[in-house]
Amino acid sequence: MLNRSFKVKQLVILSGKGGTGKTSLSAAFAFLTRKSQIPALVVDADVDAANLCLILTPEKTEGHEFWGGSIAQIDSQRCIACGDCGRVCRYDAVVPGFEDGGVFSIDPIACDGCAACVFACSQDAIQMVQQQEGYWFHSQTQIGELFHAELFPGRENSGKLVTLIKQQARLRAEDSQTPLLLVDGPPGIGCPVISACAGADASLVVTEPSQAGLHDLKRIMATLQHFRIPAMICINKADIYPEGAQQIRAYAEDQGVEVVGVIPFDESIPNAMVMGKPVNEAFPQSPAANAIKEIWNNTILRWG
Amino acid sequence: MRIAIASGKGGTGKTTIATSLALSLASQYETWYLDCDVEAPNGHLFLHPNFTDQVPAVIKIPQIQSDLCTLCGKCVDVCQFHALANIVKSIMVFPQLCHGCGSCTLNCPQQAIQEVDAPIGKLESGIAMAGIHFQHGMLSISEPMPTPVIRQLKRRVNPGKNVVVILDSPPGASCSVVETLRGVDYVLLVTEPTPFGIHDLYQMLGIVHDMNIPAGMIINRDGIGEKSMQSQFAEIPLPVLLRVPFDRKIASGIAAGKTLIEIDPKYQQVFSNLYQQIVNQLKVGNIC
Amino acid sequence: MIIIISAQEPNLEGAINERFGRCPFLIKIDTSNNQWEPFQNPGISQSGGAGVAAAQFVIDQKVNAVISGDFGPHAANALRASAIEMRLFSDNISTVQQALDAYKQESLLAFGQD
Repeated sequence: MLNRSFKVKQLVILSGKGGTGKTSLSAAFAFLTRKSQIPALVVDADVDAANLCLILTPEKTEGHEFWGGSIAQIDSQRCIACGDCGRVCRYDAVVPGFEDGGVFSIDPIACDGCAACVFACSQDAIQMVQQQEGYWFHSQTQIGELFHAELFPGRENSGKLVTLIKQQARLRAEDSQTPLLLVDGPPGIGCPVISACAGADASLVVTEPSQAGLHDLKRIMATLQHFRIPAMICINKADIYPEGAQQIRAYAEDQGVEVVGVIPFDESIPNAMVMGKPVNEAFPQSPAANAIKEIWNNTILRWG
Repeated sequence: MRIAIASGKGGTGKTTIATSLALSLASQYETWYLDCDVEAPNGHLFLHPNFTDQVPAVIKIPQIQSDLCTLCGKCVDVCQFHALANIVKSIMVFPQLCHGCGSCTLNCPQQAIQEVDAPIGKLESGIAMAGIHFQHGMLSISEPMPTPVIRQLKRRVNPGKNVVVILDSPPGASCSVVETLRGVDYVLLVTEPTPFGIHDLYQMLGIVHDMNIPAGMIINRDGIGEKSMQSQFAEIPLPVLLRVPFDRKIASGIAAGKTLIEIDPKYQQVFSNLYQQIVNQLKVGNIC
Repeated sequence: MIIIISAQEPNLEGAINERFGRCPFLIKIDTSNNQWEPFQNPGISQSGGAGVAAAQFVIDQKVNAVISGDFGPHAANALRASAIEMRLFSDNISTVQQALDAYKQESLLAFGQD
């Protein structure tokens, strides 16, 4: 049943650069909210490299096929090898045949799904066939419900699957009156990130104090500004390059963005990963866990 | 020879390896470096190119010529992405949904559609350290699709013989990675001994297998996490070509924008040897 | 007036659905005689451009207004350009009938006004 007056708050965790620690932080946040008895749902929006399930040990309660766009398929019985399809294809997806009487075929990896070939073919030999691109799941974990997905390797990640699992999570949050949605975002700034951001009330950007980290921080911040999503920054592995951390602080100050915390480089994080647990559960007194707790205080707790 | 550096998981060290490899080979071969991570390119921070050329990366979007358009709606029907709508008095175009396929233009019975270049990013080139031919692409903020930029970036490279092209791939295991890998001779998969690194490596294995490209592994940050991870690498049917140890000195050097060679000159020879291993593997015909 | 309401079920007593592009049903109603007809939303099966697909359907039906919970930017542009009114469900509405009544009472906010 739809509960329309219930408002769910959404925090999306992003980075720009890959590997800064989004997933480790998201898992730790999920653990801390559960420990404080704040109900939360978690979404792993990094659908082509979904790692949150490696720390949260989910038990799948629902699994669904995800069917995405279509690709072209040539009927070899009808193809007369005229090459009209190849002439209109902009994606080098039409493969001239060397066997089978020279009939043409479509490279499924290259095909964009535009169907230009379908309309160009005088023999009606080409059809668009919808593709299963992956799966999505609703799972139970020891720290709450998780919505996650697995995109088949190499498939189009246009954000549709991200949008789908976020919608499912939001519906579930409204139904169950869960006030908080934590979204573990993907790296980059393109479509999957844009979908992960949609409807977010705030974003926590996890950055690292390297030249690359700062460069990509600026790109994700510009993206968040474009979509008008308030952002906060935290610096992970901060002591690896203190000069870089200082540059980030200066940038944040310049932009009027708050740095809500700083996490030192701490092997507790990869060690906790190996144990399959959030770092705050596996090593609650570690420097990383303490730093994350403070960041959590400055973000989630502040929301009330 | 075209070698792509990919990983699956972000932050494993693709750019570190790609730029170091390019720098090492530049003294022996004409070397091109292509930064295909057009959403968040970082190669220029390591190789310091002097950019001498910049062009926009574009997709061709339809422009309806209203004096010729009869509002028949054929373009709307043809478009698979709903980038066109018939709003009764005119045809409306949604550039952000457009894939630039040209299908609407081809199928308009009145030939009332012209295509115009809509910029979605920029492509820059120049000469970098050690004479490396440097090219990168940058997707514009708020643009959703990186693959057209990657495609155009790759088209700018027309190397002759005895040239090595290093393609630095984006993270993840989806279409932008596939676009980068298309047509390469070899893929170096950079991973780390953590559960995330290994999990995402398996995604990449799926891709290189489907695309039938020979591959090898580089284990970066070797020694981090627990030793139990090492046995998992043994199960992966790829040769390990290099292990770079986890070392805070290396980590801070990379953070400062230095390649491995600048941090420790021994890597000049290490990467030269690595390249030879790749050449040998290809000669023997080792397909993943 | 001919209006369309985004719905979860194909009837007036059923629940509304907030998302214009991906709601399962679009219910077309003639407010002068209360005749109504449910349609499957063409946007729901689309992998992309769902909002545009739904908007195109609405435009082709030649309606005067659409009521939903939210309109994405592409759908909103298309509907606005076609001079189709967009109205939003208020918090106390949960069925299509309630939305219809509220529309007739002119108590619904226009989209883009808050």
